[in-house]
Amino acid sequence: MSYILNAVAALKKYRFLISQMVARDFKTKYKRSVLGVFWSFLNPLLTMSVYYFIFSTLFKSDVKNFAVYLMLGIVSFNFFNEACGMTLRAIVDNASLITKVYVPKYIYPLARIVSSAVNLLISLAPLIIIAALTGLEFHLSAFLSVYFLICLVIFSMGMSLMLSALMVFFRDIQFLWGILSMIWMQASAIFYPESILPDRFRIVLQINPLYHFIKNIRICVLDGVSPDPLNYLICLGIALFMLFIGACVFKKLQDRFVLYL
Amino acid sequence: MKKTMLELNGVTMKFRMDVDKIMSLKEFATALVRGKIRYEEFTALENVSFKVEQGETIGLIGKNGAGKSTLLKVISGILKPTKGTVARYGSIAPLLELGAGFDSNLTGRENIFLNGAILGYGEAFLKEKYDEIVEFSELERFIDSPIRNYSSGMTARLAFSIATVVNPEILIVDEILSVGDAAFQGKSRKRMLELMGSGTTTLFVSHNIAQIKETCDRVIWLEQGRVKAVGNTEEVCEEYEGRDQ
Repeated sequence: MSYILNAVAALKKYRFLISQMVARDFKTKYKRSVLGVFWSFLNPLLTMSVYYFIFSTLFKSDVKNFAVYLMLGIVSFNFFNEACGMTLRAIVDNASLITKVYVPKYIYPLARIVSSAVNLLISLAPLIIIAALTGLEFHLSAFLSVYFLICLVIFSMGMSLMLSALMVFFRDIQFLWGILSMIWMQASAIFYPESILPDRFRIVLQINPLYHFIKNIRICVLDGVSPDPLNYLICLGIALFMLFIGACVFKKLQDRFVLYL
Repeated sequence: MKKTMLELNGVTMKFRMDVDKIMSLKEFATALVRGKIRYEEFTALENVSFKVEQGETIGLIGKNGAGKSTLLKVISGILKPTKGTVARYGSIAPLLELGAGFDSNLTGRENIFLNGAILGYGEAFLKEKYDEIVEFSELERFIDSPIRNYSSGMTARLAFSIATVVNPEILIVDEILSVGDAAFQGKSRKRMLELMGSGTTTLFVSHNIAQIKETCDRVIWLEQGRVKAVGNTEEVCEEYEGRDQ
């Protein structure tokens, strides 16, 4: 309990620093590009178009609104992938700061997660546009998907704490992660309907945390009903468990970062 | 009795240096198989204890590699000591490395806020002091250009202006008085003396003994990670200088 209180106090204290670092991420990311922040908007739209074109011609899907189905998967996975990819280097990239100024070290991955979350919010706009264009019926249950998005953010935070800490000691992680995230994407039913999977591969989806988040988001938005109450518990449980693991790894290793940067 | 601002108790800092620095899983695995992970211990600080009272200006002297910078890093919290404790009773402003948090792609204005936030200033404070920072750095004309177009002198001036706008309770200074041209150096020295004179507790590292004699109340002499002498500025400085000859 005192840990949670400490974390809240620290968040309050470092809110300004985090907001400055997030602003920096956005300013430098889109610096000298003509379209600027508009890319955060355009990127999921273009990805979706490509996959939609390929997969809707490749096989008949039984999903009612395949465009939105795809888009939900892409937006969610893109967030996870970008968050982990960016935070992976959060400690290493800020080496010059960490060795010179004292700031709690978890601020660096946290700031990048917040950047990615802002990006996620921006990418909800093209999602809503696609939903409107394809005539998706709006259900109030769509708002419930926010709960699962938050679980996804918490889960990503745990992942990124772990990855950024391990990255300091084993730089190979960045290359391994590239492969791993690709496998993970294929195993999360992002751009194919679940129904095409043979039964013996179902287990892959069941043990994949990302699949649970994405599945429930899709139920909320596409089916217009609330998922089974048990799903809320499962998703929150997975997310908090990952955060706990990440925080433990990070806490254990953080004092030795300085010596390896 | 004066309030203690800083107290170090038996601080020891050991670094474990891998003989062959292992930076990847593969190297780690091969080294493990060959049973070849060797470490060498290097003691940067050994059993350092001292107290600093409110308003004191402490000089820190010693040869290169004596552990001065390591000691400052331990005090400011960047390094965690292997053994011993550091107690700080007040806000610390470590002026160790000027402009460490600068992003060369951002403008001077944006960097003032980013760097200020890293140094722990609040938003309201920075907005209030913004004009003062810009004025002191004499960079009014360039404040909206990216830092990558600045000369190194200009960057240093901006960094110094941001770092010294605070009024911290404990100030840690690692030889930064030689920033910019002669005129700015005079100005920055004046600012430093002002800060030190305003009741701030200061820890000051310098190789310039004349400067130490001019500003410090007490001096700590470090040699090979140990405290060689502590005490009156004149006496310790004389001893230190005498040893070199």
